Amino acid sequence: MTRLSGQNLLLRGYVVLVFVFVFTPIVTSFVFSVNSDRFPTIPLGHFTTHWYETIFADPDIWEAFRVSALVSVSVATLATFIGFCTAYTDYRYNFTGKALYLSLALLPPTIPLVIMGLAMLALLARINMSGQIHSIVVSHVVLCAPFAMAVVRMRLAQINPDLEPAAWNLGASPWRAMREVIIPFCRPAIASAFCLTAAVSFDEFAVAWFVSGLNKTVPVMILEILQGNTDPQINAIGSIVFAISMSLVVIAQLIFFRKASAPTTTGI
Amino acid sequence: MPNTSEARPLVSFEGVTKHYGTVAAVHAMDLDIYAGEFLALMGPSGCGKTTSLRMLAGLEEPTEGEIRLDGKRINEIDSADRDTPMVWQSLALFPFLSVRQNVEFGLKMRKIPSGDRQQRAMEWLERLEIADLAERDISQLSGGQRQRVALARSLVTEPRILLLDEPLSALDANLVVKMQGVLSRLQKELGITFVYVTHSQSEAFAMSDRVVIMSQGRIEQIGSPKTIYRNPTSRFVADFVGSNNIFCGTVSKEGATLQVNTSVGCFSCSPDNDENSFPMGSTLNMVISSDLVQISLTTPEAANQVRCRFISEEFVGSIVTVFAELENGADFKVQVRQRDLADLGLKAGAVFYASWKATDVHLISESA
Repeated sequence: MTRLSGQNLLLRGYVVLVFVFVFTPIVTSFVFSVNSDRFPTIPLGHFTTHWYETIFADPDIWEAFRVSALVSVSVATLATFIGFCTAYTDYRYNFTGKALYLSLALLPPTIPLVIMGLAMLALLARINMSGQIHSIVVSHVVLCAPFAMAVVRMRLAQINPDLEPAAWNLGASPWRAMREVIIPFCRPAIASAFCLTAAVSFDEFAVAWFVSGLNKTVPVMILEILQGNTDPQINAIGSIVFAISMSLVVIAQLIFFRKASAPTTTGI
Repeated sequence: MPNTSEARPLVSFEGVTKHYGTVAAVHAMDLDIYAGEFLALMGPSGCGKTTSLRMLAGLEEPTEGEIRLDGKRINEIDSADRDTPMVWQSLALFPFLSVRQNVEFGLKMRKIPSGDRQQRAMEWLERLEIADLAERDISQLSGGQRQRVALARSLVTEPRILLLDEPLSALDANLVVKMQGVLSRLQKELGITFVYVTHSQSEAFAMSDRVVIMSQGRIEQIGSPKTIYRNPTSRFVADFVGSNNIFCGTVSKEGATLQVNTSVGCFSCSPDNDENSFPMGSTLNMVISSDLVQISLTTPEAANQVRCRFISEEFVGSIVTVFAELENGADFKVQVRQRDLADLGLKAGAVFYASWKATDVHLISESA
């Protein structure tokens, strides 16, 4: 018994260490974002919201947030739609070359981001589409759709395969069955995929840096400020970005797992 | 039961074949189903019974042949436009809808206005005695309650035919008996056709007017439960019914009473209701139903008797099935009343005599 609890303690300690390792840089960044000193040194100065005030006063940063928000909402919408269609095709149909279809559909996140960014820039420049907001959207959709597909696929794996034919049998056309059965069943996954892809897009730096041109997203902006000098504004922006994308990811998890474990909550 | 020669069938299968790749799931099936009958499709798994039902529901398309509903070819008609609702083995209730919304589904697809829809759904829920569960989630229901929701959902559109694919297979034994009663009563009250797929003989025999026995994609026999039970036309059916003792033999004496030589002895057979004639020397299967056998401790007077050794018994209420072994090691089953067995005081290992009347034997030619 004592040995067991000893082991238990060790495991708990290990988990705590892992979290410390993961979150220290973020916490540090947050701490210095409310620290009055210009340089990140210890001992700390006094508490201040000065750096937040300066970034909120800066129209360039507002513009970057606007671009990021626009991009991530557009990307989330498109990527979730494409991901859903891809996952449904996989669920519903059998065809030759399905394995190839699946591996191609899941491929983009495995490509190194720099390569992807370069390739996107080369392609978009050739067709006169680079340096605009929609160039970022297109590139991010490519990157994010596989995540949406994976989430929807996980949900479709839980569906009773008789549900859709049962709807046909009760008089639903294929489109109607999709609307009345497949989409309601996948709703938690669709919402979750939307949040997740929005978060991935909001965070993404490398590809955006290549294709964004003058329409900087927040991560691109951060790099530009960093290249100039060490400015505690970075910590403030970083904390905000972290808060937004973590909220999206947490919401995605909550929606998916709450609904998935109890798929029959009341009310539609 | 409708008169098969006069009434026009509601559904007919004409030479229907279904191939999956090179495998024939259903082979050249001819079957007429009449309005108002309770028809069971029965057979071991993989015999093609579910495929036949799915073809009728429009969920599979026949490779060859024609399926007609009311005389009209329906091969190419979508499931949605057939009005052949099905009760699924998995029930396939929509987990994200309430009980009432599930029942309303078919009406909603037919664009019935919401007030009307709700009223009709509630009527069916009342009829199936689950009106108080209308606003519940499916996950909150018991197996029997779900069954009733599935039935209400299929019947709410008032179809002429209801297809049932092993709907009771997930229920406890006592609930199965109860639901059988519900189904039988419903079918009689509504007067609509039920096509019921099952591998369970007791379900098929308890409820249906006619039973279709299938094996390897072909129909083996069609008949009333009693016909299937007493007059199986093939060794497969006699075996599938499960309560028969079957011995292969050759005719050693012709006439009104045949003499049949088998590996367990020579028996006289004068079946009442067999039309087949068996010439001298022909091989046949002699079927002795286990409920037509008498047992005794001493040698009986009867001409047809075998000496058995008691192996085990299976107790199902008032009737007991005794599993015994003959002198050559062949199995032999006898069904007796539990109190008759108790009176004889038979125990495992004991020797007893089984006998039967020559008229109770059923003969099947070897080719069948």
